[in-house]
Amino acid sequence: MIKLVARPEPSKFWTYASPVLALAVTVVIGVLLFMALGKDPVKGLSVFFWEPIKSASALSELMVKATPLLIIALGLAVCFRSNVWNIGAEGQFVMGAIAAGGVALLAEKTTGPWIIPAILLAGVLGGMAWGGITALLRDRFNANEILVSLMLVYVADMLLSYLVFGPWKDPNGYNFPQTKTFEAVTQIPRLMTGSRVNVGIVLAALGVVALWLFLFRTYAGFKQEVSGLAPAAARYAGFSSRRALWVALLVSGGAAGLAGALEVAGPIGQLTPYVSAGYGFAAIIVAFVGRLHPVGVVFSAVLMSMFYIGGELAQSRLGLPKSLTGVFQGLLLFSLLACDTLMAYQLVWHKKLEFLPSPVTKGVH
Amino acid sequence: MTLFPRLQLNGITKTYPGVVANSGISLTVQPGEIHAVLGENGAGKSTLMKIIYGAAKPDAGSMMIDGASALPANPQEARALGISMVFQHFSLFDTLTVAENVWLGLSRSESLATVSKRVADTAQAYGLDIDPARPVHSLSVGQMQRVEIIRALLTNPKILILDEPTSVLTPQAVDKLFVVLRQLAAQGCSILYISHKLHEIRSLCTACTVLRGGKVTGVCSPAEESNASLSRLMIGSEPPALMRRFTKPGAQVLSVKNLKLPREDQFGVDLDGISLQVCSGEVVGIAGVSGNGQKELMLALSGENSRAPVGSIHINTSPSYVDVSSSGPIERRKLGLHFVPEERLGRGAVPSHSLCRNMLLTRHESLSLPWLAGGWIHTRGLAAQAQKIISRFGVKARGPEALAKSLSGGNLQKFIMGREIDAAPRLLIVSQPTWGVDVGAAAQIRGELLKLAETGCAVLVVSEELDELFEICSRLYVLAKGQLSPSLPRDQASSELVGQWMSGLWDSAVHPEKSIA
Repeated sequence: MIKLVARPEPSKFWTYASPVLALAVTVVIGVLLFMALGKDPVKGLSVFFWEPIKSASALSELMVKATPLLIIALGLAVCFRSNVWNIGAEGQFVMGAIAAGGVALLAEKTTGPWIIPAILLAGVLGGMAWGGITALLRDRFNANEILVSLMLVYVADMLLSYLVFGPWKDPNGYNFPQTKTFEAVTQIPRLMTGSRVNVGIVLAALGVVALWLFLFRTYAGFKQEVSGLAPAAARYAGFSSRRALWVALLVSGGAAGLAGALEVAGPIGQLTPYVSAGYGFAAIIVAFVGRLHPVGVVFSAVLMSMFYIGGELAQSRLGLPKSLTGVFQGLLLFSLLACDTLMAYQLVWHKKLEFLPSPVTKGVH
Repeated sequence: MTLFPRLQLNGITKTYPGVVANSGISLTVQPGEIHAVLGENGAGKSTLMKIIYGAAKPDAGSMMIDGASALPANPQEARALGISMVFQHFSLFDTLTVAENVWLGLSRSESLATVSKRVADTAQAYGLDIDPARPVHSLSVGQMQRVEIIRALLTNPKILILDEPTSVLTPQAVDKLFVVLRQLAAQGCSILYISHKLHEIRSLCTACTVLRGGKVTGVCSPAEESNASLSRLMIGSEPPALMRRFTKPGAQVLSVKNLKLPREDQFGVDLDGISLQVCSGEVVGIAGVSGNGQKELMLALSGENSRAPVGSIHINTSPSYVDVSSSGPIERRKLGLHFVPEERLGRGAVPSHSLCRNMLLTRHESLSLPWLAGGWIHTRGLAAQAQKIISRFGVKARGPEALAKSLSGGNLQKFIMGREIDAAPRLLIVSQPTWGVDVGAAAQIRGELLKLAETGCAVLVVSEELDELFEICSRLYVLAKGQLSPSLPRDQASSELVGQWMSGLWDSAVHPEKSIA
């Protein structure tokens, strides 16, 4: 009989092995899924795990999708480590996109390249403002940040729809709900010709380093984490929990807003009702699969990006619905949650519990 | 009369990952016996009781009740076998009445009215003065314990297990409890009495089984033993005697004047006009049963609650007094006020952080570049700092990188205490310094507090253990219902007097010197 036995302390090995095992489980279930759908599982898997990395152009597309996921997840790592449950990064992403798009629309053919930093700054501020609403309501009225941040996603979506269906609609756009294509000067500089990879990936890499230093080498990062791990210890030490709340939501909001700005002024080049492909929600999975660790998040962002590309390819190559992306994302998260059990518990092959036979002796005592 | 003992355990063994909690424990309890189970924290007492009560399953061993083999699989079965347990931490709903709380644990067939009547009858039969209609939140801790005992008695137990029952009681309430227990035993109920308080066991119990490190180290008749011989059985050696030297107190360091603070939560305590002074070089104690405002007073003194009225708390920074009533913990620490809270994991230390990083909660020596995100952490300096405390205070840990939660309660307390003492405070406030700490570590911690006072630090200790306060303090106050008694010099304090003051009855003795005379 197999038994789960609690470990005296969490296993270091499984902290790192659990995501790998979770990926393996996801692949196995994926194979079964393809077989159930009557598709060749080898072909199915290659669409998800080989096609996205087999060529330079495929790799660059992988990076394009991984960049926003990584930037958002870095911000969320700060947030979740502080025990602040911002699940509205999607809304902050959209608000960042709206603010950045608004600035980009102001550009004319003669505008200088200063417009790029302005666009990015607007994106950060837009996301921060949206995260700030959640912080304010939590701080002032103790409103639940999970509900508030999630609800604000739909408000942001509605606002975007209003703008692109209404005042910001391209007059020459045949009544499509979208703004005019931004001027070329607003285009986020690309790293090399022939690839859509832009400076966003450099910003993301800087973010990884900055987050690592913040969390593990600065006092502010320490305070931020303590307020999440042990609120009573934070109070004892004199760290402000309000400050931690605001920092968490402003940082994660700002990061999501930056990702939104990079997306609309980068690969998309205009505002449409669909600027986000669910990056804000997917980044929650990225953050957890990456163990809320700045380096781990890099790997999980690439993995999640593979699922995005694989889902699109599965649609065109295998005739399967695109929602396969979401299925794989969900599978991975669930497998990870299950595998994480192994961090605190170990599997033991157990013989039958041994009890000494009770001596039922009658007589002298 | 039966020939069999009421309860007999044979070779009980229970292993948890990494620890053998019980190893081949045998125990025999006769009918009507008050049997002490004595041992330090971690000796395996609780595990053994859980096994008897059906809350844990032994890996090996057998158990017999009245000669019949019985090993309850869960507490329900244990109750059916006639075993009842009163836990150290009460499981009562504050908002319900006494009778409603008791009713919750009984079968649904009885009406509340009959339960009320039974509660009243049982209370009367055993002299447990309690009103079934009173809501639990209005009861004192001693009364809540009585409710738990009544709840246990309603099942007509053959075996009653009491886990550290006196830790929450005043000396007077302890005496009352003992009367009830003796009466129960006289009627044939066997009582298992878990404690580490030697004098209680010697005065109450008729038999005693001593545990150390999960094994039985002795079975004896406590009345024939001395405290020293019992503690030898319990810890393997006698704790070293403390050297207490009274130096003449120096300048006043902490001055609290008429501190009034309304409660923060519904079941808290209002602090009502508290005044106290602590001078450099003296150890001052605050006695009293927990829940009389200790938590609130500590929060107000440490700065975790900074809503104290302006002018009520001053720290002397010679030459001037600084009003710290509304400053937070960081500002107070800068003035030399350090604090060790009673909760070690989660308040005094972050459980999932290493000892190194836990240094940073109150110590900033290993930080530089304050303009950079609050300061740059020097990991090597931090590790050296933590290592110094581990060595100096004999903390048993794998090293500075060990997680706080991997340490035993006593070792973590030594580390936290060391962290604050190492900061060379001008005023150290310690809450329950030896709560849940084994005897050896407790003696060491008390010794460190005395040493610290000798170097000129002012020390304020809040403790439930009167013996501890008598041992190290030169003066003490008593906290009862949010009010603080006048100061009482150690040589005029007796447990009778302090016990009386714990009930708030010091008004008759405004001049403590006279009441002693």
